[in-house]
Amino acid sequence: MISRRDFLQTSMAASAVLGASGFGNWARLAAQQSLTQDQLLQFDTFGNVSLIHITDIHAQLKPIYFREPSINLGVGPNKGQVPHVTGADFRRMYGIQDGSPSHYALSAGDFEALARGYGKVGGLDRVATVINQIRADRPDALLLDGGDTWHGSYTCHHTQGQDMVDVMNALRPDAMTFHWEFTLGSERVNELVEGLPFAALGQNIFDAEWDEPTELFPPYKFFERGGVKIAVIGQAFPYMPIANPGWMFPEYAFGIRDEHMQEMVDEVRAKGAELVVCLSHNGFDVDKKMAGVVSGIDVILSGHTHDALPEPVQIGNTIIVASGSNGKFVSRVDLDVRDGRMMGFRHKLIPILSDVIAADADVASVIDRVRAPFQTQLSEVIGQTNSLLYRRGNFNGTWDDLICDALLSEREADIALSPGVRWGPSLLPGQDITREDLWNVTSMSYGAAYRSEMTGEFLHVVLEDVADNLFNPDPYYQQGGDMVRTGGLGYRIDITKPQGSRISEMTLLKTGERIDPAKTYQIAGWASVNQGTEGPQIWDVVESHIRKQGTVSVGPNTSVTVTGS
Amino acid sequence: MQFTRRSAILAGAGAFMVAGLPLRAATKADEVIAAFTGGAQIGAGDITLTAPEIAENGNTVPIEVSSNSAVEILVLAMGNPTPNVATFKFGKLAASRAASTRIRLAGTQDVLAIAKLEDGSFVQASSTVKVTIGGCGG
Repeated sequence: MISRRDFLQTSMAASAVLGASGFGNWARLAAQQSLTQDQLLQFDTFGNVSLIHITDIHAQLKPIYFREPSINLGVGPNKGQVPHVTGADFRRMYGIQDGSPSHYALSAGDFEALARGYGKVGGLDRVATVINQIRADRPDALLLDGGDTWHGSYTCHHTQGQDMVDVMNALRPDAMTFHWEFTLGSERVNELVEGLPFAALGQNIFDAEWDEPTELFPPYKFFERGGVKIAVIGQAFPYMPIANPGWMFPEYAFGIRDEHMQEMVDEVRAKGAELVVCLSHNGFDVDKKMAGVVSGIDVILSGHTHDALPEPVQIGNTIIVASGSNGKFVSRVDLDVRDGRMMGFRHKLIPILSDVIAADADVASVIDRVRAPFQTQLSEVIGQTNSLLYRRGNFNGTWDDLICDALLSEREADIALSPGVRWGPSLLPGQDITREDLWNVTSMSYGAAYRSEMTGEFLHVVLEDVADNLFNPDPYYQQGGDMVRTGGLGYRIDITKPQGSRISEMTLLKTGERIDPAKTYQIAGWASVNQGTEGPQIWDVVESHIRKQGTVSVGPNTSVTVTGS
Repeated sequence: MQFTRRSAILAGAGAFMVAGLPLRAATKADEVIAAFTGGAQIGAGDITLTAPEIAENGNTVPIEVSSNSAVEILVLAMGNPTPNVATFKFGKLAASRAASTRIRLAGTQDVLAIAKLEDGSFVQASSTVKVTIGGCGG
């Protein structure tokens, strides 16, 4: 791997520029520099506090490929604003050279070729190396995990999150907040959280019965670092019981609760906090809105929507840092805090290029240990792919096209529905599809593949409902995630319209006929949030389909026509 | 997304949304407001309504109203068949003029709180609460 390491250069590090203004210009400076692999982690330690942020790992312990979206549309005030800028437009915006490592890490386009050149990304043993190096510069750096950590793989599912807890404990985080963790069920979440050697934070995690804060998930924790009194306030995913099965954690209520967030900020300031950090799983647009509503937060470390931005976004006096997903990035934020104020910052989004960054031996051995009991199952080859398999995109991804095909054929349905989740790594053409790969894009605690009847009218209601979760112009009404993926069904969507009139021209693809509101259709889907859903597990459905194909190919998907973007 | 009776009820709510507007039982609500205010002008000011943006369960939505100077606060669910939810009355010696309760919402709609203040004027605050089928978080 040395040769590839030597070959690699990055310009991303140059986003480490001091200052609270002139964001757009940093990257042009970046493009003029080229750093060798040895400088990938180079960072001139700044100020007196360092924050390390990682989020939305989705249980990806090992290096993977991960293609960023080519379609990520913003609406209302966020139209055309990051993170709703993709591909070449994104690269122009930040002055990222085509074909550069930053292009590969941060944007879609030429993904397959670049992936073959630059190799895999992520791996928590590589992440450990980065964290260790930052700690070598600043021993008391705060490591903050934004959640969606204990979900998303074969081993995580079978150990009920224990593999991730063991590996993350080896990284020694200082605090964490939550989302998919709760889909382990409240009993298991409580058990794991009670054993954590670090803080489990969520100012918006409430007791559902009394609608008041819980003891297990305190709103904030104080840290004294670099002589600075720091308050870290947790913000869990606000819409857990709506986007995920609430019956699995009925004791808990969530919500954005920005009034309570303001109370907490005021409370920690009154107690002497000189720096207020919000460890958030709101999603980027919700964090942007919240930063304008709640005053007194210095830094929001943003998770949930899986956006990776090479520079923070500033709203008022708050900077928002987005650190990607699936173990692909670590953000380092150095801060100069004096006289009870954040006077300046230096930031770097570090891409975890797995062939460039050496694995940390200690954490690698923990990863090997948690995976060892499952090695045979993980490595079993189910089939091969001729196509690039990826998930991210507002309306479809090839992994979901394949899953929908499996649902249509294995469950003999007219129409397939697949949830618009944003986790799940990519596979390159020519790669084997192993059981591990399949579970990386399907594993969950409510994966039953249902088959049910639905009228055309109701199907329209479903699509409108999900579309409003994504395209409501007020971010506080968005749940994150993407549009429900459809198989066997085409439609037109105008993202600027209100709920109820976005979706039109729904077409049953197998006949080419328009969907009749009064007619009943056979629908297959998975990941129902309703209790008592019956059917085979989705990974079994897809495995059976792939085995029948041997080698899978996924053609271009033109079933959704988008207007208003 | 399995379709139980609960989903079907929500679907019923969704069918209203297809018409393009949140639920609104306008006439009844207007009558209740007129009876409360006696037709007086309603402004904005010393009234806070706290409600979730999206209901976790439309059958029991926690809301809170507060005001420093209210003698009475009327709460209305504008889209329910019976919009009148509650009227809270506060005496002069009330230490805190706030109340919280849980309400049932038939579908996505506005919740409205109107306070009658000590000086006899009226102020209001409203919040849209979305009732959704739910689905697929990232």
